[in-house]
Amino acid sequence: MSNEKKAVLRVACKAAFPHTIPVLTGYIFLGMAFGILLNSKGYSAWWALLMSGLIYAGSMQFVAIELLASIFNPIQTVIMSLVVNARHLFYGISMLDKFKDIGKKKGYMIFGLTDETFSLLCGAKTPEGVDENWFRFFITLLDQTYWVLGSVMGGVIGSMFKFNTTGIDFVMTALFIVIYLDQWKSTKDHFPAIAGVVVTVLCLIVFKADNFLIPSMIGILIVLALYKKIYDGKGEKR
Amino acid sequence: MTPMHAFITVMLIAAATFATRVIPFLVFPDADKAPKFVRYLGNVLPYAAIGMLVVYCLKGVHPTVSPYGLPELIGVAAVAGLHLWKRNTLLSIGAGTVLYMLLVQFVF
Repeated sequence: MSNEKKAVLRVACKAAFPHTIPVLTGYIFLGMAFGILLNSKGYSAWWALLMSGLIYAGSMQFVAIELLASIFNPIQTVIMSLVVNARHLFYGISMLDKFKDIGKKKGYMIFGLTDETFSLLCGAKTPEGVDENWFRFFITLLDQTYWVLGSVMGGVIGSMFKFNTTGIDFVMTALFIVIYLDQWKSTKDHFPAIAGVVVTVLCLIVFKADNFLIPSMIGILIVLALYKKIYDGKGEKR
Repeated sequence: MTPMHAFITVMLIAAATFATRVIPFLVFPDADKAPKFVRYLGNVLPYAAIGMLVVYCLKGVHPTVSPYGLPELIGVAAVAGLHLWKRNTLLSIGAGTVLYMLLVQFVF
């Protein structure tokens, strides 16, 4: 690797780091909670490393702990993974444009598209003089590093101490609330943000906690489709 | 579950999870040629999706059963209030989470 390229990478990594600090906090805590919980079901830190390295999906990994603690059922495992992770389809659609010229990094960027990385990629503006694609790549890579580190630490600590982690998962909720508020401030058009909450709450009431995510996604698509005319109209005025 | 079964389970989850992430890119390999509606969704979905995630995190709350979702309500209010006031991401998330943990472990 040439010295110029190394310099480009260093600048991009340094620029990306501050944006990832909230995720650093969230992923270390949450990753540890995952590692500790996994350990309590008899799976060592090696399993935490394997899962955080290859699955890399927070909520699904918590579901996976339940799956690993019960009877082997491959079909249920696959269906569960597809349903719990279906929201990733939204992220991919949102990132089609941002990832189009990203080259060889694209495969990893797609693999690393978690809720948190997605929200950072939505919000973070690349500073001037920084390579945009490498900036986004390092956000993704740093985020996974935190998650892997946290979960392995949890797996190791979990085998040494027992302590009460009840409620630690609220760190994820808090992270999304903060990103939601930041996004709210970044735009004048609040309709999509409001629609996301309202439709999902309605679907939660109607379809209950175990089955509301897919109807919510369909509902959001319908509402946003109906909104397109108004949105296009606003674009002309701008 | 044997270690081999556990390993297969992990691999299946990894493959299915990656599938949900890669499908949009396989269906629309050229972003510029994606239908207008899909590109429109690319602009507005991020806002709606984060809203959906917030609700998704709170899905386990039962407002009609004791403690009536009070720990969550207080926790959410604390995070949002702190964030609107101080705009310090780490403070909002850290203080909100610690408060929530204290509430569910010692108060409710």
